[in-house]
Amino acid sequence: MSWEVVIGLEVHTQINSKTKAFCGCSTEFGAEPNSQTCPVCLGMPGQLPVLNNEAVQKTILTGLAIDATINLESKFDRKNYFYPDLPKGYQISQFTVPLVEHGHLDIPVEGGGEKRIGITRIHMEEDAGKSMHEGLDSVSHIDLNRSGVPLMEIVSEPDMRSADEAVAYLKQLHQLIRFLDVSGADMEKGQFRCDANVSVRRFGAPLGTRAELKNLNSFRFIKQAIDYEVVRQIEIIEDGGQVVQETRLYDSVKGESRSMRSKEEAHDYRYFPEPDLPALRVTAEEVAAIKAGMPELPSQLRQRFEREYGLSSYDADVLSQTLELARYLEDLIAAHPANPKIAANWLANELLGRLKESGHEIVNSPVSASALGLLLDRIADNTISGKIAKDVLDEMMRCGQSADTIIEAKGLKQVSDTGAIDAMIQTVLDANPDSVAEFKSGKDRLFGFFVGQVMKASRGQANPALVNERLKLLLNS
Amino acid sequence: MPFSSLETLKQRLDQREVSAQDLAKLYLDRIDAHNTLLNAFVHIDHDHVMAQAKASDDYRAAHDTPRPLEGLPIAVKDIFCTQDGPTRCCSKILEGFDAPYDAHVITRLKEAGAVLVGKTNMDEFAMGSSTETSAFGPCRNPWDTDRIPGGSSGGSAAAVAAALTPAALGTDTGGSIRQPAALCGLTGLKPTYGRISRRGIIAFASSLDQAGPMTSCVKDSAMLTAVMSGHDAGDSTSVMDAPTIDWLGACDQRDMKGLRIGKPKEYFIEGMDADVRATIENALKQCEALGAEIVDISLPHTESAVAAYYVIAPSEASANLSRYDGVRFGQRCDNPEDLNDLYMRSRDEGFGNEVKRRILTGTFALSSGYYDAYYIKAQRVRTLIRQDFLEAFEKVDLIATPTSPITAFALGEKADDPLTMYLSDIFTIAVNLAGLPALSQPCGFVNGLPVGMQWIAPAWQEDCLLGAASAYESATTWHQQHPEAFQ
Amino acid sequence: MDIDVRKIAQLSRIRLTNHEAQELGPQLNSILGYIEQLQEVNTDGVAAMAHPHDSAMPLRSDIVTNSNRRDALQAIAPQTESGLYVVPKVIE
Repeated sequence: MSWEVVIGLEVHTQINSKTKAFCGCSTEFGAEPNSQTCPVCLGMPGQLPVLNNEAVQKTILTGLAIDATINLESKFDRKNYFYPDLPKGYQISQFTVPLVEHGHLDIPVEGGGEKRIGITRIHMEEDAGKSMHEGLDSVSHIDLNRSGVPLMEIVSEPDMRSADEAVAYLKQLHQLIRFLDVSGADMEKGQFRCDANVSVRRFGAPLGTRAELKNLNSFRFIKQAIDYEVVRQIEIIEDGGQVVQETRLYDSVKGESRSMRSKEEAHDYRYFPEPDLPALRVTAEEVAAIKAGMPELPSQLRQRFEREYGLSSYDADVLSQTLELARYLEDLIAAHPANPKIAANWLANELLGRLKESGHEIVNSPVSASALGLLLDRIADNTISGKIAKDVLDEMMRCGQSADTIIEAKGLKQVSDTGAIDAMIQTVLDANPDSVAEFKSGKDRLFGFFVGQVMKASRGQANPALVNERLKLLLNS
Repeated sequence: MPFSSLETLKQRLDQREVSAQDLAKLYLDRIDAHNTLLNAFVHIDHDHVMAQAKASDDYRAAHDTPRPLEGLPIAVKDIFCTQDGPTRCCSKILEGFDAPYDAHVITRLKEAGAVLVGKTNMDEFAMGSSTETSAFGPCRNPWDTDRIPGGSSGGSAAAVAAALTPAALGTDTGGSIRQPAALCGLTGLKPTYGRISRRGIIAFASSLDQAGPMTSCVKDSAMLTAVMSGHDAGDSTSVMDAPTIDWLGACDQRDMKGLRIGKPKEYFIEGMDADVRATIENALKQCEALGAEIVDISLPHTESAVAAYYVIAPSEASANLSRYDGVRFGQRCDNPEDLNDLYMRSRDEGFGNEVKRRILTGTFALSSGYYDAYYIKAQRVRTLIRQDFLEAFEKVDLIATPTSPITAFALGEKADDPLTMYLSDIFTIAVNLAGLPALSQPCGFVNGLPVGMQWIAPAWQEDCLLGAASAYESATTWHQQHPEAFQ
Repeated sequence: MDIDVRKIAQLSRIRLTNHEAQELGPQLNSILGYIEQLQEVNTDGVAAMAHPHDSAMPLRSDIVTNSNRRDALQAIAPQTESGLYVVPKVIE
């Protein structure tokens, strides 16, 4: 293998502000077509943009999280092209001086360790609307609800050397963006979209000609598309041909890409300074204030979970994967502060498995953090045993009732009454006189047999610690 | 009465000598009588005008204090979006466009109690200096109806000059208020860029456009600007901390004692009409008599201003006019074959030749390979032009120049020669590039045609312009002369 | 300098008939010829100026201020269907 793959990624992520970038229209997903439009985002004559401060704040926050430079003065430009879902015939973007530059993200690499991926810039721009063609013969339909929704375009350096690295970068970035709460980043809703610039070269050779892959909207397709592209380019070169710089559209159904060159040829974006928007200025103090309000990032969370809650590094890692999971853990510990480690265990080992089986996500878990906390309370106060608790949790998943209701209804309450346990023990001993004799003659290992019999007799409800204690006493008496 | 100033009409309204409905009727009758010839108005809705006038009279009856423009008829250029009636920017491409909103300035006029009398003719998308490129046909100059009224706000100028309305609004991107004001014997003010919100005014060149009044005297311009100006949160270029001005108070000045007036040598050149030049020289002598000191200055980059302007304005326009694509509003061609055909034909059929020329020029200047040599170069020259003014204002308080190198020319005279037409803006363009306030006022006649003098002030010092212009006006009678045929 | 009128017209999405192209070509070239004089101005070290004032941008709070006005806004549209704008088929 004498080929090296070079990949740079451009991610467009919708900022989750309530309103659009330049007007007061709602950004709520899934509304009636064109019901969230106004003269500004429809590009009507004389209408002017006014920038949403929230979008600025969230872009700065993202920049700070990737250790980037925040440009205290940045500029907006117009990118000109005609398309029916682009009402003004230009997109307001940042071309010459973006808000954020020179950042980086460290990604985990196979075999341990990390690799640093440079992030060239993050600039703000507005999204276009949606064109719909499906099921239509000779026309397309245009919905402009998305027109003007604020976007961050996050442009990486060509630092990735495989599809796996590209996916690792994207996952890392996706996780970061979710933790910062700057975007819904739902790929199915188009809130996190990726274009990949891919080229190949012989090791040590200068950069090859790149192709831009568009429309990569799942981690799986991104890997497939890049792998496909790498093979395509190597074949071309090995056959004595030359890779052409072009835009290619990946078709995830056919598993192949096709050229959009015809469209490309006509493109000349004619960027120039947006005369309707003066320079965007932020002060060092504002940036410092945003930095001070930075939420915990996954690595910080992981460390805190280990330090504060004494979690194993495995549990801490699992439970800091998503913001939702980490929030659930925090809520669970708040509900059941007695033993965070046990709480984490139940979440990581019991609840997550059950959620996976039932096809739920943590955000729509049928068992809330406070409900699970109550269950853990019942183990701690000896109302039920840990074993019974697992059955109760199964039932909670099924019917959504509280632990107390289920324990009550099913009579699962643990027996901790010495008299009742002594009676059960006596019954077992009376029924097994031979075993008692053997035990007394020195066969210590029969102790476990008696415990099992007593627990069985109590249908699991006897307090195991108490059974042990009383059994020892009665056998030796 | 038709030739009265806003100030006079306001007094008569306040003293209940006339009602807003009387005034509306008076001017509507004059429009009916003269508009066929002048073509100053492109849209009039008599009933709607009368309804506004009645509402104003009702307001006056119900309130102790009338609003600042209570009952005063004001015409507006067809470039201002109005919820009532059509807004066309005098272009075919806006056929069917009834704006679902008012321009910010229109809202302010309405809130001040003004009666909007209709939309005035203009060059299509304000691109022109003669009001000949209008989709509604050319407008004529009341002083000589075989001549153009100037442009692009020619309809507003002709309407005020013929007293079809006592005052009107225009917009000025490279002289479009001042040049027609000069050619029709009016006062026209282009305020500092950022003084008046551009929201709802159809954009030509966003970094140059500014709205302003066209009136029969200086104080009327002050009255209107006082209402129109101020920060608008809906226009990011409307300046938030602009120095405020006592607009009416500034017009009380009666002399020019201690005023240093700069006379730039680049504005008194070979090739300009010798009589126009003599008229301005004479006006400056009068200023000296009023106590001013005339200082010879130089604005060395003046010569490049037209070239820089004809890169910057068309570049911005080429993008501003991309939204006219036949998708969401306005003209769409019949039976488009495909998307490209929809764009190409709708825009071909909708835009006139001058607009096409400017879009093509701008597209070219921004296109890859030419951007640096044209667009960026022009923006650098723009910096030099502004610096010229800043340096000059270290020596003088105001600058005085001719507004136009010539008086009104004949209809059709320059229509086939775009470049010559462009050069008629030679004295007004630099002001827009620098974002400065400037005012044109009548200062004499050449062969029966009005000549305008332009005052230029440092940014935000409109009070200085109004003061000098008021002093000059009080010492002269040029503004009291009216075209005979419309008396 | 000879401008490729057809290419620029396509970029501008303006159809030109042969006659128009023939008329506009020389006019544009004469305008560009005039503009050419800019090249004689010494602009070494001079910053490009995009805005008349050096003011900073005011920002807007993230508050929804617009309600659904679709019917009014689409009343002036050339063609709509069920609240969607209709254009000839977009081919990618």
